[in-house]
Amino acid sequence: MKAAAFKYLRAENLDNAFDAFAEYGDEALILAGGQSLMPTINLRLAQPAVLVDINHISGLSGIEQSGEKIQIGATTRHFELANSELVASKLPLIASAIKHVAHRGVRNRGTFGGSLVHADPAAEMPACAVALGATLVLESRAGERRISASDFFLGVMSTDRRPDEILTSIELSADGPGDVWAFRELSRRHGDFAMVGVTAKARRASERLEDLRLVVFGCEECPQISAVAASLAASGQEPVAIAQAVAEELNPMTDLTGDAETKRFQARSLIEQSLGDLLEGRADG
Amino acid sequence: MKDSNRIIGASLPRPDARRLAAGRGTFTDDIILPRMVHMALVRSPYAHAMIKSIDTRKATKAEGVVRVITGEDLADICSPFIAGIEFLPNMISPPQYALAPTEAAWQGEAVCAILAESRALAEDAAQLVLVEWEELPAVVDPVAALKPDSPLVHSGLESNLVMTLPRAEGDTEAAFAEAAVVVEHSFEFGRQSGLALETRSVIADFEPAGRRLTVYQSHQTPYQMQDVYARHLGLDEHQVRVIVKDVGGAFGLKLHAYPDEMAAVAASVLLGRPVKYIADRQESFASDIHAREMTAAGRLAVNGEGNILGVEVDVLSAVGAYSVYPRTSVGEGIQAVQFTGAPYRLPAFKGRVRVVYQNKTPTGAYRAVGQPIGCVVIEQLLDLAAAELNLDQAEIRRRNNLGPADLPLKAAGGLEIEDVSLDACLTALLNKMDYEKLRRDQDEARRQGLCRGIGLATFVEQTAVGAGLYGPAGARISAQEGCSLRLEPSGLVRCATSATDQGQGTLTGIQQVVAETLGVKFDAVTTEDGDGGSTPYGGGSWASRGLSVGGEAARLAAIDLRRKILGAAAAISQETPDNLTLSGGEIFSDGKSLMALSELARIVHFRQDTLPSDVDCEMNVTRHFLPRKFPYFMANGIQASYLEVDLGTGAIKLLDHWVVEDCGLVVNPLLVDEQLRGGIVQGLGAVLYEHCLYDSSGQILTASLADYAVPLASEMPDIHVVHVENPTSGTGLGAKGAGEAGTLGAPAAVWCAVNDALRPLGAQVWKQPFTAAHIIEALRSANCPQEASELFEN
Ligand SMILES: Cc1cc2nc3c(=O)[nH]c(=O)nc-3n(C[C@H](O)[C@H](O)[C@H](O)COP(=O)(O)OP(=O)(O)OC[C@H]3O[C@@H](n4cnc5c(N)ncnc54)[C@H](O)[C@@H]3O)c2cc1C
Repeated sequence: MKAAAFKYLRAENLDNAFDAFAEYGDEALILAGGQSLMPTINLRLAQPAVLVDINHISGLSGIEQSGEKIQIGATTRHFELANSELVASKLPLIASAIKHVAHRGVRNRGTFGGSLVHADPAAEMPACAVALGATLVLESRAGERRISASDFFLGVMSTDRRPDEILTSIELSADGPGDVWAFRELSRRHGDFAMVGVTAKARRASERLEDLRLVVFGCEECPQISAVAASLAASGQEPVAIAQAVAEELNPMTDLTGDAETKRFQARSLIEQSLGDLLEGRADG
Repeated sequence: MKDSNRIIGASLPRPDARRLAAGRGTFTDDIILPRMVHMALVRSPYAHAMIKSIDTRKATKAEGVVRVITGEDLADICSPFIAGIEFLPNMISPPQYALAPTEAAWQGEAVCAILAESRALAEDAAQLVLVEWEELPAVVDPVAALKPDSPLVHSGLESNLVMTLPRAEGDTEAAFAEAAVVVEHSFEFGRQSGLALETRSVIADFEPAGRRLTVYQSHQTPYQMQDVYARHLGLDEHQVRVIVKDVGGAFGLKLHAYPDEMAAVAASVLLGRPVKYIADRQESFASDIHAREMTAAGRLAVNGEGNILGVEVDVLSAVGAYSVYPRTSVGEGIQAVQFTGAPYRLPAFKGRVRVVYQNKTPTGAYRAVGQPIGCVVIEQLLDLAAAELNLDQAEIRRRNNLGPADLPLKAAGGLEIEDVSLDACLTALLNKMDYEKLRRDQDEARRQGLCRGIGLATFVEQTAVGAGLYGPAGARISAQEGCSLRLEPSGLVRCATSATDQGQGTLTGIQQVVAETLGVKFDAVTTEDGDGGSTPYGGGSWASRGLSVGGEAARLAAIDLRRKILGAAAAISQETPDNLTLSGGEIFSDGKSLMALSELARIVHFRQDTLPSDVDCEMNVTRHFLPRKFPYFMANGIQASYLEVDLGTGAIKLLDHWVVEDCGLVVNPLLVDEQLRGGIVQGLGAVLYEHCLYDSSGQILTASLADYAVPLASEMPDIHVVHVENPTSGTGLGAKGAGEAGTLGAPAAVWCAVNDALRPLGAQVWKQPFTAAHIIEALRSANCPQEASELFEN
């Protein structure tokens, strides 16, 4: 299909974008990498009056370290994360997970911020942002708002972002000594959205996992930290038992790739493997 | 390469690959004609509904709109089409229309066409068409469709049964009574689509003054379409010309007459302007033919040595809303039955196919038509019997393979088999894959808790199907292929063939046959296909006929042209033709160079005045060929798959794949290897990924490439190819077809491998595609523990 006609507005700065929000309200949509938005428009599932292109706003893109924090601009593209030495050394979970996001062509255009705002329940980056305890920085004419990733995701493709806000950057903590991480994903084909995925971050101390932040994605409506996993791990439970308990607690949505029971079955296996990865300091699923 | 001077048998790359890779192809959508308008269609949102009214007033006034057309507007222009089979008088086939006038029978059936200055404007206007629908109950499930109280797929039908066809040979009752082992199972096959990279495309250009119609179309057979357009639009056949330019894949789905294309052609007749219609991907999923949806229940009787005593198979084939025009939709079910057990000695056989309509997209011929299903059924049953008898899977196949003593044969399923090389292929396969070692590796893997399986799939492939099929059916489809050769004044040769090439490299093979048979260099020949008005009349491409039939026509034409050339050369040089030869573009007399072909060509074209008046200067020949000695050729081979099943997630990892294939003479090993690899990948797609899913109301759930999973390179195993060459005696060339072998055997190899992997666990898959969810379903229904390490302890 062909897109219905729309106006294209190239924002040179945030103010241009805020002006467009003021003028067109929710008839204006932000265009970042376009890898999720353009298919929707081409299928006429979305027919916005105006597309506000934020790709040319300076300062919205780039990866920087300040102290123990890593700052990632919202329009930083997936391929930049994949190629960044800083990400590889300080955010190895992201470096590993990004390879599972789509294919090279899509990674060349798709953005970190776009992925978070799009909030697909089967997407990798929102799950990683929650596991890593990221802070999202949103800006609007009213000013800046900071929100933790755990609070940002509300449901299937639904977030706490207000219609007049732009996600400008994401703040993450650099990995420290003792930090371990895991990422495992089951997809139909490499590069597909996850059927089920597991990502986790913890500190390993004397064969135990402390501060375990384990997220199962591709399964429930939005990524969230498993409280059960954290408490069972802290009390030194075996991975088999933790995996069983977390899987039982899941409330998986049925989709084309499987029903709730299938996803629970698969999640159990991936969780157990991920916990093994964390305990053995093994990385990359 | 056997002999460095040989062109036939050489692995030559396709000369047109460079052009296509450079983006210089001319696909139908690349063509732009003056005054051309673009068509978009309004399609039924319901699987089954009556059309109460269509209000086109707003759409007609929309920007850029030239005309809005409904079924009513076409009533006098385009007659409905009915795909029946004359020798099956009881087959029911409702009429189909370019635009459904009163009733839509699947979600996606077109009811209204917008013609506008651009496709985008046509789509804008399509949103303004108001159709008043009355939704009717949709028939989706094929078993329910056969119940006496089922709603009907079309309100005019008396039942949803298209036809039923029993077939019996020998005494199966006695066979099953005396069997040492009887195994039975039912298998399900998911709906698939052919998914060509280039979607269906057409430009119709009707010129009212002379009532001439030129159609550019992405299609496999321009000749068939000329006949279809002429008859249904009331035009003279010689005024209709269908031109097929480059085609980006077809796989059978571009073999049919689609209502959408009929609507575009009819619209051009109505408007007297060129009309372009390019199906987009979403429309393709809803309106390209689908295939394969079927359930097959099989039963096998073997004696204590594993020799087959009898086979029974009962197939229920669900074909969607119409029997697709003009080749019908019943071939898949019929072939599924016929090919159950076709490679083996079958003393007794009983088969039945029932074909049923449903409110889903119509189905039709897709690469290997029904054959993969027959292959799965028999290969699975053989493995089940082998397990009961504690017999190796390769051994049970060897004991039942058709061999020289059985051939030629009219097989129990009704097929005629000239000659096959099944034992040779089996031996070559076991050597290539190092079967014994692989079995040891599998055992070792199991000890480590890895669930691996090996699957074998023997197959015969019916190629070059001829007049025996479509003639008695009453279909106006030529099975004969033709080739014209013309010697240019420069001594170069133009070849025009009725065979068509959608990317297989058929034209390259034909070029090789012409060059070598004639005695010129490969580059001295150019080929052309697909112009229904000027290339020789014939079939086109279907049933792997390009080289086996088209190649033979080319060989015959080259022999004739050579005779003419040498005759003229003899007259010029006052030699006898028998002493002359043509080789590498040069004419020799007893081994000594006499003249270059270019010199002879110059003389016969420009200096006839220097020659005696009885010298034949017409350097133009056309020959046709149709398999007559056999109704078709029977290629054969065997495939093997090695894979691993992840018991924790249900994921399948393909580790390796082998194929040994006998397509007779191999004209170009490079191209045959790629046909096999591509075909195997499509077969792997069928068994692991591809599925057209519908909900219970007949809504398609997989209408994009995000939801419908095709196989990608990242998941594909290495595919090892071995050839056994056993030329057919039905032609001088000796080539059989090779286009469908990969798609035919790959699913069965994976079925057998997955169930080989799961057998020690007592689990078994029974429906394709084998999604992770289905593997888990199979594991759960066998009560398997999820801990792999516990599984293989004994
Ligand atoms: C073939 C294919 C495969 C894919 N596979 C995967 C996959 O496996 N995993 C995965 O995670 N993703 C996958 N994607 C999606 C891809 O990662 C997208 O790039 C991503 O989801 C959205 O990023 P974008 O920059 O393209 O956003 P866009 O498409 O431009 O925008 C997406 C949405 O977010 C809004 N938006 C974007 N940026 C901002 C911002 N800074 N502030 C406020 N709102 C904003 C837009 O208005 C829009 O609503 C795939 C896409 C394709 C086409």
